[in-house]
Amino acid sequence: MKRITGYLRWLVPTALIVGLVPLGGAIASAVDAPAQGGSATLNGSGSTFQQPYNEAVIGAFKQKNPNVTINYAGGGSGKGRQDFSDQVVDFAGTDAPYSAADAANVKGGKYFYFPTVAGPITVSYNLSGVKKLQLSAETLAKIFQGDIKTWDDAAIKADNPGVKLPSTAITVVHRSDSSGTTQNFTGFLAAAAPTAWTLGTGSTVSWPADQQSGQGNPGVGQIVKSTDGAIGYVDFSDAKALKLKFASVKNKAGKFVAPTVKATTAAVEKAQVNADLTYNPLNAAGSTAYPIASPTWILVYQNYSDAAKTTAIKNFLNYIYGNGQKAASQVDYAPLPKNLLDKAKAQVKQVGGTSSGSTSSSPAST
Amino acid sequence: MATDAPALPAGLTKGKRPPGLIADRGFRILALAAGLMVLVILALIAIYTTREAWPWFSAEGLGIFSDNWDPAHQHFGAGGLIYGTLLVAGVAVLLSLPISVGIALFVTDVAPQRIRRPIVYTVDLLAAIPSVVYGLWALFVLAEPLANLFQTISDATASIPILSTLFANPSASGKSFMTAGIIVAIMITPIITSITREVFATVPSAQKEAALALGATRWEMIRGAVFPHSRSGMVAGTMIGLGRAMGETIAIALVIGSSPRITANIFGPGDTLASIIANQFGEASGTHRAALIGCGVVLFAITILISVAARAVVARTDRRSAGTV
Repeated sequence: MKRITGYLRWLVPTALIVGLVPLGGAIASAVDAPAQGGSATLNGSGSTFQQPYNEAVIGAFKQKNPNVTINYAGGGSGKGRQDFSDQVVDFAGTDAPYSAADAANVKGGKYFYFPTVAGPITVSYNLSGVKKLQLSAETLAKIFQGDIKTWDDAAIKADNPGVKLPSTAITVVHRSDSSGTTQNFTGFLAAAAPTAWTLGTGSTVSWPADQQSGQGNPGVGQIVKSTDGAIGYVDFSDAKALKLKFASVKNKAGKFVAPTVKATTAAVEKAQVNADLTYNPLNAAGSTAYPIASPTWILVYQNYSDAAKTTAIKNFLNYIYGNGQKAASQVDYAPLPKNLLDKAKAQVKQVGGTSSGSTSSSPAST
Repeated sequence: MATDAPALPAGLTKGKRPPGLIADRGFRILALAAGLMVLVILALIAIYTTREAWPWFSAEGLGIFSDNWDPAHQHFGAGGLIYGTLLVAGVAVLLSLPISVGIALFVTDVAPQRIRRPIVYTVDLLAAIPSVVYGLWALFVLAEPLANLFQTISDATASIPILSTLFANPSASGKSFMTAGIIVAIMITPIITSITREVFATVPSAQKEAALALGATRWEMIRGAVFPHSRSGMVAGTMIGLGRAMGETIAIALVIGSSPRITANIFGPGDTLASIIANQFGEASGTHRAALIGCGVVLFAITILISVAARAVVARTDRRSAGTV
């Protein structure tokens, strides 16, 4: 009996290994089969805003291109831009373009901005008895600056005719970490309420000390959810996940618009797009546009030393501009409008070539 | 073979250096290299961070000590952060020291022999918990009851002159200097405890027994025999705890409320040098990034100052106690 178990101890792993060898061979040949431009690994870092979208697209892309591995580590837009300019990564995600001073320090030659998706930043609130709230930029600026202290303030009443507002004290919630979301939210206030808003624009601003702060979008959302009278800015997908109530925000055309994927695409459509495909969707024109939208880009070098990487990054970008756009709204991001999408697709052709008329970009070519 | 070299002791061959000498020299070189490595690494860190932070130093000058930290307007004064760092570390040591000394005395002089080991293990286990776990626990469990407690204390002391300023404007979410101080106090307790315990254990039992034989109570014995003998060790343990408290990052970043300012309101939100690096580095560029790295340099400098001061204190108490005991 003892003897048999002694043999069994060796038999089982041996059988497993012997059994696995042909299986492994099958996997290897399956991996080899669709190899087109050789295998490649692309590493990226940066914006946490686009991270959930990137993860969804990378997962789907990997199924069609099993020999390409794409890793995206977050860390923040600032880290992404720094990593990209130090050539630590193959691509980077960022919610804001380089400043002129930083752009001069980017190593690795010419690079491109590829807009991928956009997303609304919600003004989420928690006020018992109030189901629908409308806020103008001026009122928002005064609330987040601490000038307006209670919900029954005359300015809020003026934005919400016919709504019964309680005298609850307002608890403002902002980010404790620095963030592109703060940058875009304060950017909107500076653009739409330039006289009322005095705290400036940045990834962190000097908030009044009596306000609350939360770590990341979920941290802010959590405090809003648990505090009656709270208001905070939270990105769309996190606000939806926490089932928060959103305020409608008055846009440039004077209409109150609720944050939706459609209203964000409408805002991007009206934005002035620069030659390098950077654009600013904040406080966009158009009566259907939601005015607080976050843009986001992927930074890509024009030339990679490895041809397989060039092919892989082009295939990845083409995937984003194809099926990736259709998938965007499923993960609560706004797809690009047609005018910007066409420009982005044209720019993909410039990757890996010195002339813009290069035709070697077809993903099907081997 | 043995007959060839009768005069030499075993292991030594004629005409060659004794192998023991070579090993000795090799060991010396290795040990020297290891010792120098520490200095080289320290120097490299200091040089690199200072170089990276230089744009901040040159842009702000002495303004680095102002309390105006406003990245949106390109003002980076670290005064509020230095203040927050010292305040949180000070609160932590004040809270932790009596508890740590109490635990150490209990373990060395009061507790029955068989429960000493389990207590020591349990306290040491506290040191093994990652600081982010402490931070999350403080954020989700500790913050809310503390917020209520702060409010109660604040209301109760509203008419007492100095306390009313100290305890004014408590943070509604419980994120404050005090909350950070409390959580850091828990984190440094095992460090101070284990060092003071080791020191108390070195008190000669003859001295303790002599004190007891003279009719001293247990407390008199501790005061007369244990404390004078271990004063410098207690100071050293406290300083190591203080250093740990000043460098603590992520637990503080989660519960301090991220509001860099100099204020007497210890129940209000603040910020520290280490926690602001954790909170803002990801999105920083240009002078902002240089300023955050500069915060690291400032913290480095403060830590060195404090450890030099600690050495001076230890040396002095050593001399004094050598004279009296």
